[in-house]
Amino acid sequence: MIPELGQFTLIIALGLSVLLSIYPLWGAHIGHSGMMNSAKTLAVTQFLFVGLSFACLTYAFIVNDFTVAYVASHSNSELPLQYRISAVWGSHEGSLLLWVLILAGWTAAVALLSKQLPLESVARVLAVMGMLGVGFYLFIVITSNPFERTLPYFPVDGRDLNPLLQDIGLILHPPMLYMGYVGFSVAFAFAIASLMAGQLDSAWARWSRPWTMAAWIFLTIGIALGSWWAYYELGWGGWWFWDPVENASFMPWLAGTALIHSLAVTEKRGVFKSWTVLLALSAFSLSLLGTFLVRSGVLVSVHAFASDPERGLFILAFLILVIGGSLLLFAIKASAVKSNGRYQLFSRETFLLGNNILLIAALIVVLLGTLLPLVHKEIGLGSISIGEPFFNKMFTLLIVPFMLMLGVGPLVRWKKQHADDLLKPLLLSLVISVLLCVAFLSLFAPSITWLAILGVFLGCWVSVSTAQETWLRATHRNAFVVGIRKLSLSHWAMALGHLGFAICVIGITMTQNFSIEKDVRMVPGDSIQFQDYEFQFEGVSPLKGPNFDGHTGVLQVYKGGQYVTELAAEKRFYRVQRNVMTEAAIDAGITRDLYAALGEQLDDGAWALRIYYKPFIRWIWGGALIMSLGGLLAMLDKRYRVRRRPVRKEAIA
Amino acid sequence: MAKLLFICSLLMPGWAMAAIDVYEFDSSEQELLFHQLTKELRCPKCQNQNISDSNAPLAKDLRQKTYELVKQGNDRDQVVDYMAARFGNFVRYDPPMTPATVFLWLGPVCFIAIGLFFVFRHASRPKAKMQVSELATQEQEKLNRILNKDNTE
Amino acid sequence: MSKKQRLLIFLVPLVLFLVACIFLFKGLFSDPTKLESALIGQPVPAFTLQDIYQPEKQHDASIFKGKPMLLNVWATWCPTCYAEHTYLNKLAAEGIFIVGMNYKDDRKKAIRWLNELGDPYQISLFDKDGMLGLDLGVYGAPETYLIDSQGIIRYRHVGDVNDQVWNNTLLPLFKEMK
Repeated sequence: MIPELGQFTLIIALGLSVLLSIYPLWGAHIGHSGMMNSAKTLAVTQFLFVGLSFACLTYAFIVNDFTVAYVASHSNSELPLQYRISAVWGSHEGSLLLWVLILAGWTAAVALLSKQLPLESVARVLAVMGMLGVGFYLFIVITSNPFERTLPYFPVDGRDLNPLLQDIGLILHPPMLYMGYVGFSVAFAFAIASLMAGQLDSAWARWSRPWTMAAWIFLTIGIALGSWWAYYELGWGGWWFWDPVENASFMPWLAGTALIHSLAVTEKRGVFKSWTVLLALSAFSLSLLGTFLVRSGVLVSVHAFASDPERGLFILAFLILVIGGSLLLFAIKASAVKSNGRYQLFSRETFLLGNNILLIAALIVVLLGTLLPLVHKEIGLGSISIGEPFFNKMFTLLIVPFMLMLGVGPLVRWKKQHADDLLKPLLLSLVISVLLCVAFLSLFAPSITWLAILGVFLGCWVSVSTAQETWLRATHRNAFVVGIRKLSLSHWAMALGHLGFAICVIGITMTQNFSIEKDVRMVPGDSIQFQDYEFQFEGVSPLKGPNFDGHTGVLQVYKGGQYVTELAAEKRFYRVQRNVMTEAAIDAGITRDLYAALGEQLDDGAWALRIYYKPFIRWIWGGALIMSLGGLLAMLDKRYRVRRRPVRKEAIA
Repeated sequence: MAKLLFICSLLMPGWAMAAIDVYEFDSSEQELLFHQLTKELRCPKCQNQNISDSNAPLAKDLRQKTYELVKQGNDRDQVVDYMAARFGNFVRYDPPMTPATVFLWLGPVCFIAIGLFFVFRHASRPKAKMQVSELATQEQEKLNRILNKDNTE
Repeated sequence: MSKKQRLLIFLVPLVLFLVACIFLFKGLFSDPTKLESALIGQPVPAFTLQDIYQPEKQHDASIFKGKPMLLNVWATWCPTCYAEHTYLNKLAAEGIFIVGMNYKDDRKKAIRWLNELGDPYQISLFDKDGMLGLDLGVYGAPETYLIDSQGIIRYRHVGDVNDQVWNNTLLPLFKEMK
């Protein structure tokens, strides 16, 4: 009964989203405020119904209802409760349901939090989001119904969740990522709505800024979580593989990062309007493209869902409709709009445009690198692979001008800036960052490579310039102590965002240049030494978990004779899915991670072990967290705060 | 569909489990080269994985072959060419130049060039008198009116 | 810039997107895990391998000269090979010359398999360590190579050979070969 209820409420939500996509738009067209007002009610009710549907599927997982095909193939009665719940989004059908739930959630949030916006705009925005909803509901109902029954012959027990997904990282990673992907639909809807109305003014930029920022924060955290998960769960010690599916999440992030910067320019200075609109359309379009790549099976990826062409065809049709339609609308409407603000070559505008150009160039690198193998094969030139060596080369080239500009940009004023005024502060921060870079490398780098110097210098350059800019801004009119308190939240947001990025770059540089990997054969009692650490192999003991058995290999770690930590690396055999998984043991630290993975048992009691020394790897995710914290501050800035008065008025009325 | 699922479940163990084997090298340069190569060569059988991370039997064979070739004193290019001659360009994560892969480099370069052109064309000359156009002021007022508050900046 | 020019420039993203869609559409109907062989147009690599039945008997690349033939890579651990075996028997009965290469397998198991299921191979090579397999770029059994009378590899099929594959792809190419 419950699964049928789930399907039923999902269909009702589909019906509501059809109404949502037509009724308010029509109302906006003929100027009927009642019809426009219906958008909010429809949006909220739709969210409630899809929420109920999601709850039904979760319930089926909790009570082990193996008459539901999706539950039977992705859960098991021995699976711990928290993984039974996260198994809801563990595969294609359920993750799509999560996707529409989140889409409905964002739609309802826009409906509830946009009271200060003109009714007409809200109606249009919600209608566009309703249209997106219709597409995804249809996709689920037609091709990927999670409520399908196995009746009359249902299995006694389920086939269990893929062991890789039985992990805290995978409980949190997809919802965060989807919050980001789908969150860009708000910026998309605002852009489409303003294109429809032909009002491409600064107002839409201001309205969509906090929404875009929210989506960007979720996406940043989502990507960082995914990278962290891959690092500790897959046992290969890497944190990014340039896999098509990772790229699919990175592309909207690059577009989104460009977007939050260009929105600032459009809002404050009224320039680059059509470019900003194009970015808003791109960020969400790239999210959709990512969905297609992950679920259609056109590319070979480690993460891909089991795919079939029918689903691929449906998403492709949807893609052409949504992206093609919006780009057509863009071509017709935006070409008629002219930006009217003016600025000189040496100005904040130019620097932000430069930031955008480089971010989008990076996006093009990722996009081409992801799709070109497909094109290469289709035009008969044969299969090729594009991976880490290519991407690393290109990103190293792009990041140098990007970070050099990033250090200067915030110091430069809007409209125009006299170069002479900046010469002194820039020279000062150059000298400080060179000194800092030398100090850092002599403290932490075991050897010197050109790439290490470059990366650490750029990181220092951005950090020092950011600090200096904050200092200058604070002491501009007041004493430092007074001035620093007067800085706006959005200024701190920028400073944290840039600082987080610099930390991330330093982390990447150190990890990529100075990681050490050892594959060793060890008998209990053996020890090996590297990078000041001594790893002593204690032996292997049996292991028993709820739905797995296995072995635990224990290593005692010493540094200079002093006990540091114990690493217990597991090797698990999952009974239902019948596969073996390595659970790496990690001793995390600010300046280094020690990482051990247990391999095969060799002859005469020896085991194969892999030990990594990973310097500064935490800085990569730490930097990402600081960046998203910056985003949060930007959202809290008083400019975006909902004004209380109008809200109250409306509540009374 | 069922078949695809089956294949997926077959391939899963390949990347769920760390592939660890123990090799002895003559020098640390050789060891470094070996690690670098196994990360740059793609396992043709597996999903998107290099031969270092994969536990598939073919990846194991290719690791072994890479080890032998490195041990014999071959350099990076020689090993990569050896593999590409047998398994095609698919095995190299660093794609070769072909009429199509040129766009990998040309695409971003062209975009940057166009972007720079735009920046230089649209920025006004330093000598020109800066003035806030009337339209911009109007728009700012409209924005303020809509938002019903003072512009703080 | 005239209005029309502006419109044309603003249409560029749409055009690029539609071009990309053509490839995405085509990609839906081709399997990205299928690789073409790097050895098309090249002779079969040099090798010396034992016969599967008689360890003392050695074969080398000269067996591929003289007439067009198939080289089938198989193993007893490969379920798809089992599926295609009946079809290979049928082809052999029709007079197609097939060389079998038992790949990374156990000799006893392989001989039992051939005795029980029938032996479609004129010559059976035993590639225990996958040496020839590596030189041929074999990445998964079963694989079937078309080899012309000069010993040049003309085509490789990955996956099982069945009625559809044979009649639509392999047979026309096989007839073309000299």
